This record gives sequence, structure tokens and C-alpha cells, in this order.
Amino acid sequence: MCLALPCKVVAIDGDNCTIDVSGMKKDISLALLDDVAIGDYVIVHVGYALTRLDPEEAEKTLALFAEMGEQALLEAAREIH
Amino acid sequence: MKYIDEFRDGELAKGLGAAIRQAADPSRSYHFMEFCGGHTHAISRYGVSDLLPDNVRMIHGPGCPVCVLPVGRVDMAIRLALECGVTLSTYGDTLRVPASDSLSLMKAKARGGDIRMVYSSADAVKLAQQHPEKQVVFFAIGFETTTPPTAVAIKQAQALGLKNFSVLSCHVLTPSAISNILESPEVRQWGTVPLDGFIGPAHVSTIIGSRPYEFFAEEYRKPVVIAGFEPLDVMQAILMLVKQVNEGRAVVENEFSRAVTRDGNLKAQNLVAEVFELRRQFEWRGLNVVPYSGLRIRKEFAEFDAEKRFPVEYISVADNKACECGAILRGVKKPQDCKLFGTVCTPENPVGSCMVSSEGACAAHYTYGRYKDFQ
Repeated sequence: MCLALPCKVVAIDGDNCTIDVSGMKKDISLALLDDVAIGDYVIVHVGYALTRLDPEEAEKTLALFAEMGEQALLEAAREIH
Repeated sequence: MKYIDEFRDGELAKGLGAAIRQAADPSRSYHFMEFCGGHTHAISRYGVSDLLPDNVRMIHGPGCPVCVLPVGRVDMAIRLALECGVTLSTYGDTLRVPASDSLSLMKAKARGGDIRMVYSSADAVKLAQQHPEKQVVFFAIGFETTTPPTAVAIKQAQALGLKNFSVLSCHVLTPSAISNILESPEVRQWGTVPLDGFIGPAHVSTIIGSRPYEFFAEEYRKPVVIAGFEPLDVMQAILMLVKQVNEGRAVVENEFSRAVTRDGNLKAQNLVAEVFELRRQFEWRGLNVVPYSGLRIRKEFAEFDAEKRFPVEYISVADNKACECGAILRGVKKPQDCKLFGTVCTPENPVGSCMVSSEGACAAHYTYGRYKDFQ
């Protein structure tokens, strides 16, 4: 029910914008969000942008996954040898 | 798709799985509740539980608005369509929910009710604009994620001066449900499992922020980690919870920092506060009556409140006696412990709340995990 997807904003028209998800375009509402710019990623739920996605934080989170995993796999390999 | 595929990467999942196995102390067990149906679905669909050590168990919480919608509220929507003759618009999720007299909204439509599925609350407003001769009621369900769009629709209808649009509000609040799980009187009836921590909601938290969970961390000494709905998000959150438990900490941490801040979306919060107010109590399927857990429309917007406009009263309807949803929603029983599971109760013919939506604990286990029970 709370399904929401990160989508790229490709055009803005007042309180509405057009988003692009893998080439599929749809018009959604920006009534819940101020200061959205073209090229931003927003999280879309039932036709409304809920929040902006922070690309820097996304990169940091992915880097953290990789770091945690690498350490653990190295540790696991040491235990085997 | 960007910002989705990266968070489903199998190689990274192996690493996180190893990290969880190393962090988990073999001399103790860990019970974590993922509150949201979105997390339940991700855990089942991507087999996250198979990557966890045996002493880390995930308990599926009641965070699926379709599952917790009581029969009596669906009955109200059906009466609006069949008896009051309104055009009832609703999200697709509610159409199959079983109601009284072997009905559902889908079956009520087959009986001639004018019931329409909409993608967005804005589409319901459009429907009212296009059909001034009809009374359009929007059957609104959902947690804090879905409430702001309903508030916008009501404000929009007011601005347009629509006289044929109203809303049957069944919006509910997550923090009240979490409190209920931790301290309701039913805990005595069902017994309780020791919960060591919570995975906090993803998209609900984009709206309400991480602050509301601080109370649970402090008051109940339970760690909370807010996590996104992708499988790697869930695994990272489990790792963070295991570490908090090991270190004896109980704080709110935010794994979903790419979308959630401490304060949340203030514009959306203000819109909701302007249009909605707390109900003294609201019945949840599986949790019974939970105080201050639902929202109704403020009297300033009474003309858009379907409960005030039409003669439909809420009548509570008991769940099927053999259904174990109440115990399952609290983590005391597993779906496969229920006699109805997979026999009488299936996603095609759901008896209880947890089988209704694909995000429910029973439906997720039926779809992705039931064959494992026979191995």
C-alpha cells in the first residue's frame, strides 16, 4: 500500500510535473513538495511526490553496504583458512 | 531503474549476510519486528530470512493498511455504493477485501454498485468534476504516507467549489499501532514474544520524520532503525539492530537517510493537520480498538465528510473465530500455525486480514515461502 518509487522529474508545470521511470512518463502532483527542480529524483506515491531523494545520501548508503560486506567476507575468509 | 536496482544487488547482499552472521552473538537470540508490509514483502520476496542466522528472527507487524482495515469499514463503503447509490472511488488495494454477507467491493460492483478504481485521490476529484450529476465518495485508506494526498484532494474540492465530492476517511497512524503492540491488554490474552527492536517505516517516515519513534526508543528501551523497502535496506537495518542490541543501546537510527529526515515533510504534515483530526478510537482488524489511532475530517471540512453526508454508521463485525491474525500480527504465531492457512484461507479467497493484501504476513508467506515448510 505504501508503495512508492524514486522517479526523475523531467518537466515542471506549476504544481504538477512529469516524471520518467525507465522511459515511461506520467504527470504527478507536486502539491506536497516545494522547490523541486528538473533532474531531481522524487519519491512518488499515489500520484504525489512525497519527498526529494538525496543522491549523496544514496551513494553513502551504498558505500556503507559495500564496506560492511567486504569486511565481513574478508573476516569469513580468514576464519576458513 | 536508478535508486532501485542498486539496492537489490545480490553480491552486496552476500556481504551484508556475512556481516549479520558475524555480528549476531550465538549465545542469544534476536527478535525484530518489521512494522511495515513493504518490509514483510521484501523479506519474503527476496528470501532475506534465508540469509539470516537461526537466532535472528523477523516478526511481521501490522503495517499494512489493507490488512488492518476492519470489515465494518468496508461494509460502510459497500452500503454507500449499493444503498446510497453513490459513485464509490477507491484504490485498487481495497477491492478484494472480504466484507460481510460474502461481499467485497468487487462483488458489490458485480451487483450493480458504481465502484471505480482510481490511481490517485486527484483522479477521484476529477471524476466528481466530470460527473456533476453523481455523488462521488472517495474511500480513503492508508497510513501517514497516503493521508497527505487525501488532504490535498479535499482542499482541491473545496477550492473548486465541488458539491458532489466527499471522503470516507479510514486513515490510521503508525505510532499508535506500535504502542498498542507493546502494551495493549491483549498482550495478556495472546502472550507476547520478547521484541528486541523495530525496523521503522520507510515511506511513512518520509512524511512524519524519524522524531516520533524517539519515544519508543526512550520509553520502552527498544531500538528502532528506519529502513527503505529494498532488500539491502532491510538487511542493513537488521545489522544495525543487532549491533544496538549487542551494545545495550536503544536509539533511533536512520538507514533510509536518502529520503527521511528527523522532521519529515512539514508541508505535508501541516496539510494533514489542517484537514484531519484524531478520532478518540478506531478499530483495527487484528488489533481491536486502538485509542487515538485514526483520523477523521475536521468540522471545517464537514461537507466533504461522507460519514456526515450519508446515513452510514460503523458497525463492528467480528473476525472469523478460527483466524489467527490477531496472534500473527503480534508475532506470537506464524502464518503456518493457523489451521486456515493455505487451506480455506488463500490470497484468492482470503478469510483473515493477513491474507488480504500481498503485503500481509500470510499472503507473503503463501506466495514466496510456503514450500519451504515442507523441506
